Amino acid sequence: MDFNDSKEEATFRNEAREWLVANAPTAADLNGLDDMGQAKLWQKRKADAGWACIRWPKEYGGRGANAMEQVILSQEEAKVKAPNTGFFSIGQGMAAPTMMTWATEDQKKQYLPKLASGENVWCQLFSEPAGGSDLAALRTRGVRDGDEWVVNGQKIWTSGAQYSDFGILVLRTDPNVAKHQGLSYFFLDMKSPGVEIKPIKQISGASGFNEVYFTDVRIPDAQRLGEVGQGWQVALTTLMNERASIGGGGGGAGFEQIMKLAQQLNIDDKPAIEDKQVRANLANWYVRQAGLKYTGYRSMTALSRGEIPGPENSIGKLVGAPLTQDLASFAIDLMDQAGILWSPESAELENIFQSAYMSIPGLRIAGGTDEIMANIIAERVLGLPQDVRVDKGIPFSEVPTGN
Amino acid sequence: MNFEFSEEQNLLREQTRGFLKDFCSPKVVRASLEANGPFNQELWRKVAEMGWTSTVIPEEYDGLGLSYLELSVIADELGRAMAPLPFSSSVYLATEAILAQGSKAQKEAWLPRLASGELIATFAMAENHGQVSPKNLTTTVTNDKIHGTKTPVPDGDYADLAIVVTQSSKGDGASWYLVDLTQSEIQRAQVRTLDPSRSHAQIDFNGASAELIGTDGGGWAATQNLLNRAAVLFAWEQVGGSDAALEMAKEYALGRYAFGRPIASYQAIKHKLADMYVRNTLARSNCYYGAWALNTNASELPIAAATARVSAIQAYYFASKENIQTHGGMGFTWEFDCQFHYRRSKILAVNVGSERQWQDKLITAIEQTSAA
Repeated sequence: MDFNDSKEEATFRNEAREWLVANAPTAADLNGLDDMGQAKLWQKRKADAGWACIRWPKEYGGRGANAMEQVILSQEEAKVKAPNTGFFSIGQGMAAPTMMTWATEDQKKQYLPKLASGENVWCQLFSEPAGGSDLAALRTRGVRDGDEWVVNGQKIWTSGAQYSDFGILVLRTDPNVAKHQGLSYFFLDMKSPGVEIKPIKQISGASGFNEVYFTDVRIPDAQRLGEVGQGWQVALTTLMNERASIGGGGGGAGFEQIMKLAQQLNIDDKPAIEDKQVRANLANWYVRQAGLKYTGYRSMTALSRGEIPGPENSIGKLVGAPLTQDLASFAIDLMDQAGILWSPESAELENIFQSAYMSIPGLRIAGGTDEIMANIIAERVLGLPQDVRVDKGIPFSEVPTGN
Repeated sequence: MNFEFSEEQNLLREQTRGFLKDFCSPKVVRASLEANGPFNQELWRKVAEMGWTSTVIPEEYDGLGLSYLELSVIADELGRAMAPLPFSSSVYLATEAILAQGSKAQKEAWLPRLASGELIATFAMAENHGQVSPKNLTTTVTNDKIHGTKTPVPDGDYADLAIVVTQSSKGDGASWYLVDLTQSEIQRAQVRTLDPSRSHAQIDFNGASAELIGTDGGGWAATQNLLNRAAVLFAWEQVGGSDAALEMAKEYALGRYAFGRPIASYQAIKHKLADMYVRNTLARSNCYYGAWALNTNASELPIAAATARVSAIQAYYFASKENIQTHGGMGFTWEFDCQFHYRRSKILAVNVGSERQWQDKLITAIEQTSAA
């Protein structure tokens, strides 16, 4: 066991580092650009030099690199000061793999390079008010009209819809067959007439999500991915990639930060870190955070050996999000009566735990709730049976509905 | 990045697991439990023949000279099988103590016989309830004669040799002494514990002869280092047991029906088992890090050992208690094997110091690292 790169990996790391250091945007490059403008500038620069979406084939804007090289590039990019390109993660991480598997060759050539370069931003239109954990219960209707589909209904929790150029979406195209059989999968131009986007204000005050309404929106049949009625199968390609791309992060509120806080604050006129209960709590968070880190190393080792990582990695979000929530809550308690203060102008340690406290509830739900993640581990990793489903085998239109 | 066992080490795992399946079935564990120990001598002889007791002992002392990664694999499998053996006392503690602090003569005298398994040794630290410290140690040595009482001493009822933690001669720290436990002055009696498949004893030294190992007054630092090393190997036994408890719960839940379907199809049970899986996975990954630190003698060892130890204690406690819960009433019966994990998890959780103590050590080690 060691933590060293192989010879090829070391060569790649050097090459990546040299390029990143030489090409990361300077303050002058970014002057006057908003967050999206900065992200687009950096993404385009990476794409032009072959450092964007490096695992993709070259003809679609990638580099044909392996998974370990992707890990190395991400590690090195985290070390340079570069704009946050999170705007592109849904498109590149979820829409693109789905296009790669299900789109025609012409479509791949048309859409993928612009996804890689950040020229186009994509969003994912899956969840609905009646289709959350039970995603296949979605009701937004698609009705065929010649070479087009007419769409009516509502999507919800759509991250980034307000700045997206395209979206991937799943529609109910046949309500008279069983739930999973009546779905079809499309992509559409978000500027299509009849698409209306309304931001959702979250408990944190931020608005990262939207409701998206469809009123007689027309989508060409050529933008269908997979056969009519095969939408669920196509959606699974997207979902498998989603869970890999949502971490458990809490905006920098982790062990290191709470350790610092406990060293700065006092309990009974002594540094809080000397309090035995504080130490025990900190130790518990440390070992869970470390467990995730070393689980990641095991997965990386599999990648480095050209193997597929085992199921260990499916635990990241399920462990990380509740861990950060508990840690943030405890940090606020440590601040005692002033723990309720929450101002963006405050010093980092007087702000990040409050921000994490208010944003983590969303992470425990997004991309599969804790409960759904536990089901996935139970069923796919441990091989336990699925729940009994009362909607199995009956037409969707006859499935009982509540509120 | 190479954070995985090698092909040879995985082969060793297969071989070890197969051997223990044949010779250390739950029936063997039950026999030791019901007989109140002391241990399975036939199994010990076989294990020694396989060379497990000599894994990390250098070849010059008749050992195999393998690494701590091989020993980690063996510990993982012994934990999974809940082997009723004095392996942790003799190998993770006593052998390590002599390797770390023994003079050349002491190594020559003891290591070859520990390697062959002909000799069983232990590490005597506890003096009844509460945490041992250099301030409260009451065992003393005067003119190479040892006085005092240690209890509970793991495998102390039949071990041939003990490394005993005593008060230093100046009374300002700790020292280590080698004590031949077969001396006539020594009185020892098995004590009743939570897990009779691993026996423990009270030992009264009564002025028996003792020989200093390491330096007078250097025993406390030596103990901390020894416990760090042993904690990694204990943690491997714990994650081995945790995985076995999870598998046991899973098998039962798949076969047990209630309300017309397997209880494994209810979310209350599925989520419980998923929770076990998550805890076991985190603890196992921390054990990888511990094994790496132990094997390379890395400066991170105190952090890595405490991290592995704390998460492995928590994982095994959780898996062993929720395994009983999953089995329902039958899990609480003497007839079922669920009790083995529940008992063993607690023995392993306190043997080299409790969770609370290791949580504190972990934060101390982190403070020291960031201050350096």
